[in-house]
Amino acid sequence: MIRFEDITFRYASSEALRLDSVNFEIEEGELCLVVGPTGSGKSTLLGCINNLVPRFTGGVRTGRVVIDGQDTTLLQPRELATTVGYVGQDPLAGFVTDTVEEELAYSMEQLGFAPAEMRRRVEETLDLLGIAELRSRDLRTLSGGQQQRVAIGSVLASSPKVLVLDEPTSALDPIAAEEVLAMISRLVRDLGTTVVIAEHRMERVIEFADSVLLVSSTVQHGETREILAVSPIKPPLVELGTRMGWQPLPLTIREGRRLANPQRRAWADEPPGLPVPTPRDEPKLTAKDIIVRYGPKVAVAGVDVTLHAGEVTALMGRNGCGKSSLMWALHGAGRRDGGTVSLGDETRISLVPQTPSDLLYLTSVAAECEQSDQEAGLPEGTTLALLRRLVPGIEPEAHPRDLSEGQKLAVVLAVELAGNPQVVLLDEPTRGLDYGAKEALSDIVAGMAREGRAVLIATHDVEMVAQTCERVIVMAEGEVVSDGPTREVLANSALLATQVAKVANPTPVLTVEEFVHAAG
Amino acid sequence: MIRRYLLPRPLHPFSWWGWAIALAVAASSASNPLLLLGIIAVASLVVMARRADSPWAKAFKLYLWLGVFIVILRVGFRIVFGGGDGPTILFNLPEVPLPTWVRGIRLLGSVSLEAVLTGLYDGLRLATIIICVGAANALANPKKLLASLPGALYELGTIMVVAVSALPQLGDSLQRVMRARKLRRSPEARTRRQRLRVVETIIVPVLSDALERSLSLAASMDVRGYGRSGTANPLDRALGLALGLGAMSLIAVWAYRYLANAPDTFVLGFPVLSTALLLLGLAAAGLALWVSGRTVQRTRYRPIRWGLAETLVVASGVAAALLIRLIARYGDATALFPSIHPFTWPELTLPLLGVLAIAALPAFITPPPYAAAPRRQPA
Repeated sequence: MIRFEDITFRYASSEALRLDSVNFEIEEGELCLVVGPTGSGKSTLLGCINNLVPRFTGGVRTGRVVIDGQDTTLLQPRELATTVGYVGQDPLAGFVTDTVEEELAYSMEQLGFAPAEMRRRVEETLDLLGIAELRSRDLRTLSGGQQQRVAIGSVLASSPKVLVLDEPTSALDPIAAEEVLAMISRLVRDLGTTVVIAEHRMERVIEFADSVLLVSSTVQHGETREILAVSPIKPPLVELGTRMGWQPLPLTIREGRRLANPQRRAWADEPPGLPVPTPRDEPKLTAKDIIVRYGPKVAVAGVDVTLHAGEVTALMGRNGCGKSSLMWALHGAGRRDGGTVSLGDETRISLVPQTPSDLLYLTSVAAECEQSDQEAGLPEGTTLALLRRLVPGIEPEAHPRDLSEGQKLAVVLAVELAGNPQVVLLDEPTRGLDYGAKEALSDIVAGMAREGRAVLIATHDVEMVAQTCERVIVMAEGEVVSDGPTREVLANSALLATQVAKVANPTPVLTVEEFVHAAG
Repeated sequence: MIRRYLLPRPLHPFSWWGWAIALAVAASSASNPLLLLGIIAVASLVVMARRADSPWAKAFKLYLWLGVFIVILRVGFRIVFGGGDGPTILFNLPEVPLPTWVRGIRLLGSVSLEAVLTGLYDGLRLATIIICVGAANALANPKKLLASLPGALYELGTIMVVAVSALPQLGDSLQRVMRARKLRRSPEARTRRQRLRVVETIIVPVLSDALERSLSLAASMDVRGYGRSGTANPLDRALGLALGLGAMSLIAVWAYRYLANAPDTFVLGFPVLSTALLLLGLAAAGLALWVSGRTVQRTRYRPIRWGLAETLVVASGVAAALLIRLIARYGDATALFPSIHPFTWPELTLPLLGVLAIAALPAFITPPPYAAAPRRQPA
């Protein structure tokens, strides 16, 4: 269905090839998962399918793209609208109209569908995506998951042969992401549309993927297990399977549990010794009865929090449960309608917001660092040195907007840490980060804790929490639902358990490392 | 049949605009405050009965307040600067002496009933016209209005929708950046340069955000086929442009002649040259739209069709306006323009009541709009 023949691509400004003679063929009705580290050219590759690259991005592309037997190499993206449906990361940024129904019809209006046909297809799409009750709603009032479903529906309505999805869940919380991915899997099964999807929640897609396209220095395409075995990035379950030498590699929790059966029986007789968190008793921040309300809506309903020196705490809960509001209230820059926050003497507090790039406004990384030195009254070069230590390899001359999400976060972290805050609050730092960048972040966070800082991370990423955090606070509707050691909170939860915990249940093993270690 | 007619549906936006403009014309040819208040009441009644649940429908209140403001302003001007003075002095204010070279204007002084009434009547008339426009705006979804325009004007609609949705997003990112700014310990802005810098720290992230968003919007429109059909060839485009310019010039000349009361030959009571200019101009405009729109192959999702209800709405407005004209020509003109010198009480005569009743018909004889959908609060 999709055939790339010797595709090579580079941006006009640099000699480095982003894609180097890529060859592969995706069959009709196949679901192909595209994996690879951020910055490896996944989006570039996806954009090549409907010629957004290079038509929209600029650059030089050679080679041929053949879709459904037709050579599409030279066509404009708009000419391919009936062949390739393309959905990007941020649904809201791609909406042209303002109600659900009109958005679904937009593409068909452009393509000149007959009104009766258009009406029928809109109705069908509404049902197919389960959004019929939202039909006349304003797109901006929808939740993230609903928005992404509408975005997918708006390209599906004109029934393209190929559906290209570029990280459709990267801006969503896990429940909304689940919603969208479940819908995609149903579409593949029911409609047999050819789907090419880049997705960093790989574990949710691999079970129904027919093939995997691994984009790193070279591009490999092949059967799911084959490629995952050699992939540098794999979901924890596959990682566990590789490390334990399980054959065939488990792709679902069910397969994993079956393979781990002997191990679990052994643990039932003799529970493994698991690391116990060190007790902390040096509070850096004590907050009592924090209340935040926006008009009649109560965002944070009387929450008590204590953060200890050297402790990394995770703050979890669905979107809109008050995590951000609590963080901003703790920091003091946000709204606080009640309660007290007491910091130790000489204790500074820092907050890294959800969109770190909001804090960057100068034209180079070096300038940002200098500005930060001035702001904190530090000797020149402190922030830049700190940044080098956090993440080596960022060009000081680079424009902050050109950095990857992970690098931007590192710059903001360096700026914030330069003033030596004793309490650091991170609001969803893992959003948009791949496994590699998350690992780097974990190291930075662990380093901060070792230096005796108290760290609070709001996140949806259970794997990250299992690796980095000692303690977990779960919020719902502005209240704290549970607060305790990570192992207790995660292992006992159906929703928050890590993949490894699900495999090892009832033994509370959370990470691959722990599993391998405990298994001896 | 009647049941089907009364099924909820939105009416064609042109019909509401036609009705509202006719009401505005009626209001502009009378000064009777009771009639004007009646027209305002009719407009409000129809808006209340037939508006849909949309943000612009709720803006009608603002038009009412604007009307009140205009009346107050007009009356206030009369009190402060005088004009239209009469013998009935209401009260005396200390007059501010002005130099002789500003003759014709006085500041404060004695305020006459006639001056206040002239201001009141004038202001009320202007307010009524504006409220009529507001009613049209509340009743007809502006987006649907643009969607009903000929294909050649399609781009205009797209631009408006994009702009309308970009504004709140710009507001959101501004709010976010302002909030994030508090996190960096910026030194106090003392000098002018430092203050400029503060502005820069807000503007740069907001604008780069907006730029990124517009790029992704453009990409999204492109992959969904925007601009795929309807690329006119250069000849068509040149022809359309020439016709459009021609139409504009013809209509401009007509407007000039009309306003300047230029001499003209009359045949059967119609000015020949002016009418010819107007008709030619309109024809050229129509042709221009047709030429630039004929290559466009877009279709519309659920277009609103012109039906009986639409005709009735326009007819009720036009009938009201015509009746006012007939009353002015053949009936009791003093009912329309009650005298101020000497003052007589304005009256709402039976024919005027009839006009109001006809104008209010759309509130009852049209199908209702869709019931308000339950809306969720934005998260």
